Amino acid sequence: MSRTRETTRVPAPLLLPAALAVAFLVLPLVGLLVRTPWSELGAQLAAPGVGEALRLSLVSATLATGLSLLLGVPLAWVLARSRARGRSVLRALVTVPLVLPPVVGGVALFLVFGRQGIVGSWLDDTFGVTLPFTTAAVVIAETFVAMPFLVISVEGALRAADGRFEDVAATLGAGRWTTFRRVTLPLVAPGIAAGAVLCWARALGEFGATITFAGNFPGTTQTMPLAVYLALQRDPDAAIVLSVVLLAVSLATLLLLRDRWLGRAAA
Amino acid sequence: MSLTATVDTRRGTLHLRVAVEVADGEVLAVLGPNGAGKSTLVRVLAGLLRPDAGRVVVDGEVWDGDGASVPAHRRRLGMVFQDALLFPHLSVADNVAFGLRTRGTGRAAARAAAEGWLTRVGLDGLGGRRPAELSGGQAQRAALARALVGDPALLLLDEPLSALDARTRLAVRAELRRHLAGFVGSTVLVTHDPVDAMALADRVVVVEEGRVVQAGTPADVSRRPRTDYVARLVGLSLLPGTAKGRLVRLDGGGAVAVAEEAAGPVFAAVRPESVSLYASRPDGSPRNVWPARLVGATPHGATVRCELAGEVPLIADVTAAAFAEMGLTPGAEVWASVKASEVAVYAR
Repeated sequence: MSRTRETTRVPAPLLLPAALAVAFLVLPLVGLLVRTPWSELGAQLAAPGVGEALRLSLVSATLATGLSLLLGVPLAWVLARSRARGRSVLRALVTVPLVLPPVVGGVALFLVFGRQGIVGSWLDDTFGVTLPFTTAAVVIAETFVAMPFLVISVEGALRAADGRFEDVAATLGAGRWTTFRRVTLPLVAPGIAAGAVLCWARALGEFGATITFAGNFPGTTQTMPLAVYLALQRDPDAAIVLSVVLLAVSLATLLLLRDRWLGRAAA
Repeated sequence: MSLTATVDTRRGTLHLRVAVEVADGEVLAVLGPNGAGKSTLVRVLAGLLRPDAGRVVVDGEVWDGDGASVPAHRRRLGMVFQDALLFPHLSVADNVAFGLRTRGTGRAAARAAAEGWLTRVGLDGLGGRRPAELSGGQAQRAALARALVGDPALLLLDEPLSALDARTRLAVRAELRRHLAGFVGSTVLVTHDPVDAMALADRVVVVEEGRVVQAGTPADVSRRPRTDYVARLVGLSLLPGTAKGRLVRLDGGGAVAVAEEAAGPVFAAVRPESVSLYASRPDGSPRNVWPARLVGATPHGATVRCELAGEVPLIADVTAAAFAEMGLTPGAEVWASVKASEVAVYAR
């Protein structure tokens, strides 16, 4: 840590851009805190709709994370362990939502799950369920955007895990499912936890896909980011307060991530 | 309880073709250099690798063959790996109990059996610890308990001692020996250390490049090695040649006089302590005298092990004092001599 060798000193041409980068990343947050109307904070938070948006955000992000865990961990296993052909194509497909503009994702979801969509019309005909503009749509939009983060993280953990432990389990009478539950999962638990937190944070901040697919209805689909955007046009102070709340939640997540999981995952 | 296996399988450039048989309570050591196919063999026996062809039968039960393969977790076996590989997320006792739990034993009974085995391997009271809190030797003992607790028909030991430091290895080897003596199933021990094979096995097969090149009792294999690899392991110089009467003409040129009559293709084996070195050609009657060049010297206890190149390549052990007195340095020209009665000769 305390290495002071000549080679570890930062070369001058890197120093200035690096400092600029730090300033660029930190200044807006500082600006946000400076402009925060701290005296009105209580009143703003108590305003109708704020608590609702926050609750909706937390609930939908948590549900999206749960859904991502349920579907994403098995997918990560398949990507990491299966020797099936076309695995790299599958991985590429899975990671598309990572690079896809979320609004495009929202449009795509709308086309598939909308009332006229392939899956949507079937859901409507069979169960009388319509997804768009419901809280379920929020969860689906967030899952679509956030699940790849979990998949990538868990796949990495699975690849890094020592596969010989699974051999040991097999010689001890554990079938593949038992091995997965009792050996593989606990071994990659730190990676799963880190992936889940990343996924949750991404879902919490989701905007584009949500507003496209789920709309912006207070109480059912208006999450915090949507509320911030709306508030900025009508009451900038409210937007700032809401932003600070999101910032606080994000920072808390980061702390949790660092202390609880990243440290252990890296150890 | 017995094991009969013939295995024919390709892994990369390796083509493993071996047949092994292990009786009840017998310990078979599979000795060979890295990459010889030893680990592939145990992985096939364990069911972790499906052979291209072959047959594995344990206790009359077909594990591989007849177009079928019993998966690893349905084989009644215990396996100890080079690194203990205790599950890091479980306590030591839960590690030992793991095999019983997966096979349907209740929690309390499994725990009791695990504690019993921990006591037997000298780890009583350490069951509550995490594997990371054990020393290397303790971890390997726990791994042995974990492999034996399920009462397996076949015990596979894959380099069980090679990750341990010298002193720990000695203690764990003695421990292992004790447990193997009381084990009624068949044991296959894979090792590249001849001492493990000598100390623990009833029989040895030497595997090189996927083939069994020698099989026999440990004493037989160490006294009469058939390949350079084994000869080097047991510290002998191995000289292949053709015998006629009391003379062996070596394949590499030169000849060795021996005390017993022999005929046909033979090995002449020379122990390093029977080789004497001289700075000039010795007088008198020794018949086996060859000029040689010193190409390597390593201290070996109170002696120096000298590697000699020449028409007859030999290894010689000389006392440190003699080595110093002769002023030997690498590249030095010397004379080597061996009494005919000190040369072992046996058919190839």
